[in-house]
Amino acid sequence: MLRRPATETQITHGGRLWLYVLGGLTLLFLILPSLLVIPLSFSDSRYLAFPPPGWSTRWYEAYFDAIEWRDATAMSFTAATLTMVISTALGTLAAYGMHTSQSRFTQLAYATFMLPLIIPGILIAIGIFLLYAHLGLNNTLTGIVLAHSVMAIPLVVILVASSFKSYDMNQEMVARSLGASRPWAFLTVTLPQIKTSVISAALLAFITSLDEVVISLFIAGGDKATLTRRMFNALRDEIDPTIAAISTLLILISIFLLGLTQLLQRSPNQQPTPGNEPSPRQSAKA
Amino acid sequence: MTTTSLADEVGRRDHAAWKAPNEAAYRRRERSETTVLAALAVPGLLLIGAIALTPIAWLFWLSFRSGSDFTFEHYERLLHPTYTLTLQTTFELSFLVTAICIALGYPLAYLISQVRPRLAGFLLLLVLFPVWTSLLVRCYAWLVLLQRRGVVNSWLQDMGLIDAPLRLMHNFTGTTIGMVHIMLPFMVLPLYATMRSINRDYMRAAANLGASPVKAFWGVFVPLSFPGLFAGIIIVFVLCLGFYVTPALLGGGRVMMWSMQIERNVTYHSDWGAASALGVVLLAMTLAILWGVGRLIGFDRIVGGR
Repeated sequence: MLRRPATETQITHGGRLWLYVLGGLTLLFLILPSLLVIPLSFSDSRYLAFPPPGWSTRWYEAYFDAIEWRDATAMSFTAATLTMVISTALGTLAAYGMHTSQSRFTQLAYATFMLPLIIPGILIAIGIFLLYAHLGLNNTLTGIVLAHSVMAIPLVVILVASSFKSYDMNQEMVARSLGASRPWAFLTVTLPQIKTSVISAALLAFITSLDEVVISLFIAGGDKATLTRRMFNALRDEIDPTIAAISTLLILISIFLLGLTQLLQRSPNQQPTPGNEPSPRQSAKA
Repeated sequence: MTTTSLADEVGRRDHAAWKAPNEAAYRRRERSETTVLAALAVPGLLLIGAIALTPIAWLFWLSFRSGSDFTFEHYERLLHPTYTLTLQTTFELSFLVTAICIALGYPLAYLISQVRPRLAGFLLLLVLFPVWTSLLVRCYAWLVLLQRRGVVNSWLQDMGLIDAPLRLMHNFTGTTIGMVHIMLPFMVLPLYATMRSINRDYMRAAANLGASPVKAFWGVFVPLSFPGLFAGIIIVFVLCLGFYVTPALLGGGRVMMWSMQIERNVTYHSDWGAASALGVVLLAMTLAILWGVGRLIGFDRIVGGR
């Protein structure tokens, strides 16, 4: 096995052993720390030793019993759901408009949509804090949802726009030549074929809002504190094992959502993602 | 033959006669459609403009104001050693994290690009998992692992490698480890996307022409992977420059980043002049790097990541 050539240039698997070891260790570095939190959350000790000296669910009880953690969780999920709806709708609409319109402004519009990703988060956070202080939107659900939508829309635009690149717009043209209006053609012909990307974008928008920290630190205080804000403040003070319980729940949500996007991509009527398996002609050109 | 040409002629005239107004109407229709479609982007743009961009313009204005006067004093204050030291820390940390991300990310991306597609898909999923995991959860994990009586210290002691527990967090080391963990996927993903599209025939050709595997790798594969590498470096470096959460938690107040100075000036001192001047400098550095590299290798490659 180890003597077998691994590549076109005749390196053996044995000669590449270091690569497998280094790659494996790097992957462990990436995933192990988060996963280690799961057993720790079932520890019965305040001190987070590994392996835990005994097992209990006391930190989960502490989490579910504390009204401020429950409120913060409800707040975060409400904000994430609303953000998902708003940013998916606006982002998909914008991606469709920019793809189909021949206007000269689409390039500029696309660049503008990318700005929230390029501008450092802390700057956006204090800017929104300043704006909301004058509008009275600090510590309101509306304010949080609008701010999170601004961060999620660029991601939706990227994902949906990239799915349009591999979509043949002539299909919509055919539908329209057969009498469908443009909105109807979009809803019945185009949307069903890009739905994988739209749903993935929606999930990404959801998790973006759920995990958003910096903006929430400034604008989501008082009884509108989000889960991340409460967690951040708790982490700054002490390493409370209750957070291990919350973290475990958040990890499970992440795994669930990530798994969902993977399942969607494998569904039978999948869209080929752009650049996925380049055709021979493409790679010859590269 | 004459009849057909006559019919042709009539047809052509006929066509020409109502072609002009028809074409004009068609153009009008097309123009209005282009406008309507472009307008679909407006709601999103308005939201981003109102919530994110207007306040930044406002901060820019504030950075030149003192009372009702125009001033450079907020920028002059940035020359104070506190801030120059912060700038130095910020750049040191960003360079170090980017360098470690290259050292760990390049081999990993290379490995994923070489294995069978099914396995590559699985490995890629492992790289994506941290991206989907909450930032705070990952910082918490490192706080638990790196603390004085934490997992890393107790394992190192059990193995007899160290006598006394090491100081691994609330300092530069802890911040670096945490930041590398956050940034590594952003290095691996663009690198992998580029490596996957490299034609294997080039490596075969290099071998045929007598290059040793090592020489073929450095002479052919590595240069072809540069677009992905540059994209990864830019993404990681720019994200590091403005990063707040991980240094704030794992640095324990001992690692002062540019972003933390901004936060301090707003929360503790309500000094909007200083905060906005700091913010403007941060934004200018970010845009300058993006612009410079964009000129060098083409902006599409950074944004597209492939």
